[in-house]
Amino acid sequence: MEAAPMIEVRELTKRYPGRTAVNGISFTVGRGEVVGFLGPNGAGKSTTMRILSAFMPATSGTARVAGYDVFHEPDEVRRRIGYMPENNPLHLDMRVREYLKFRARLKGMGWGRSRERVDTVLQQCGLTDVQKRIIGQLSKGYRQRVGLADALIHEPDLIILDEPTIGLDPHQIRSVRALIQELGRRHTVLLSTHILSEVEMTCSRVLILNRGEILAVDTPANLERNLGLDGQVVAEVAASASELRDAFRDLPDLERLDLSPLEGGFHRVALTPRPGVDLRPVVFDLVGQRGWRLRELTRSRHTLEDIFVHLTRGRREDP
Amino acid sequence: MRVFMALVRRELAGAFNALTGWVVMAATALLTGISIVDMVTKLSDRPTDSPVTELFYQSAYFWVILLVVSPVITMRTFAAEKSSGTYEALMTTPVGDWQVVLAKYTGSMLFFGLVWLPLLGVLLILRQVTGEAGLLDPGATAGAFLGVMLIGSVYMAMGCFASSLTRSQIIAAMVSFLLGIGLWIVSLRPVSTHMGDGRWARLLDELSLLRHMDDFARGILDSRHIVLHVTVTFLFLFLTQRVVESRRWK
Repeated sequence: MEAAPMIEVRELTKRYPGRTAVNGISFTVGRGEVVGFLGPNGAGKSTTMRILSAFMPATSGTARVAGYDVFHEPDEVRRRIGYMPENNPLHLDMRVREYLKFRARLKGMGWGRSRERVDTVLQQCGLTDVQKRIIGQLSKGYRQRVGLADALIHEPDLIILDEPTIGLDPHQIRSVRALIQELGRRHTVLLSTHILSEVEMTCSRVLILNRGEILAVDTPANLERNLGLDGQVVAEVAASASELRDAFRDLPDLERLDLSPLEGGFHRVALTPRPGVDLRPVVFDLVGQRGWRLRELTRSRHTLEDIFVHLTRGRREDP
Repeated sequence: MRVFMALVRRELAGAFNALTGWVVMAATALLTGISIVDMVTKLSDRPTDSPVTELFYQSAYFWVILLVVSPVITMRTFAAEKSSGTYEALMTTPVGDWQVVLAKYTGSMLFFGLVWLPLLGVLLILRQVTGEAGLLDPGATAGAFLGVMLIGSVYMAMGCFASSLTRSQIIAAMVSFLLGIGLWIVSLRPVSTHMGDGRWARLLDELSLLRHMDDFARGILDSRHIVLHVTVTFLFLFLTQRVVESRRWK
């Protein structure tokens, strides 16, 4: 059992009346990975997570968590999962400590053990100072931490977080992300988001989901490379357009050259090379030879955002 | 068991944190008070030998309290958790469906019991003031309270069932009010007499809550009544469990 991957999903399909939410997806997540589920709203992220947490069954296909089938052995699965549902539902009338103790009890912990674990997660999530406060009176950032603390309390093997940073302000997002990165060191984490920079920052692997299907699975870096989206070099050089065109036109490996004038006699030169080629040294040498002034030289890293748009282009969601 | 107790405590705490608990308590205390005043006024005009408890349960007040309060107590149980999303958090912990259903029912029952405490207080005061020991016959009082709890048990189970069907507390309250009032109407004497003397009339007569309550309030414990109430309670709890489970095969 121990050798089984943390999550193993095969041909998973979930149909609601009149709509297919998840359409035959398969993927595996190994122990210790931090995997991001990325997709627009309605892509099937929450549905997949609900199935994985044994809240509801799939229409067809199988899903296993730590080797246990989510349909046939739901309690075994639930014991090993810390799940934070969408919108982080909490009992707003309870106090932080009281709530966590209640949740610890539900997850089968005894008196001494739950007290010990509550203290640990309060500290881990930076909630010690607010443990006596009523949850409904806390800011959203703190509530989110309460949700995370609940997900952690029974030391689960796998933590599933459905949109953990939604609705938070930038400061809160930072602190919640830091917390997730911290968790990633000791647990397997599956998180969903539609914020692209988030997976880039926190995840070792990305699953891009759109309209119930997986479009791509890879590390953020590999996705960039394989899709040939990286490598465009932008330089800002003080020279006339014709001089620049003459100088750069015949560079080897160049596929495309764009020039646009800037203020102060500068031009913006955008050079798109063949995939995998870095033009920066060539451009630098060339500019130096000519004695032009150079004020910027960057190689644009395409973000997941570009990858995402690239992959989902032409598959826009119906209105 | 530990899990069960934690769930029951949550149910009760939820009722009182949400203010509805206090409103229900206050409203029933008020109605009980009015009913006793009403009864004492009538008694001073026309004395009777019947125990006070019996007079109370024959009055409309008791049924108004039962019919109105039960849906309010039980409407939260499932519907509130579904609409706030905590239901999902609850059902993804390793607790069983039955545990959840029984805990919610037990929480409602305990609250229902609390609601009737003011009545006991009023009876005690009445006895103190009049100095009549016969006023609070232990047998009749115990029987009456047992009867209240048995009928309450049916109504709580019905309410939990109604609440499990929907995510709206208002719909839950309306459905359980309809079920409750339906059960009450069929137990009215005119309904069964209208049916003549046939088998159905006798069946309805056996199901009559009003008649059961009369017996209970006199201190008569008929085991058939008890079995009926317990069975109906279990029927509704069973239906509730099926509804809770239905998310797994729907």
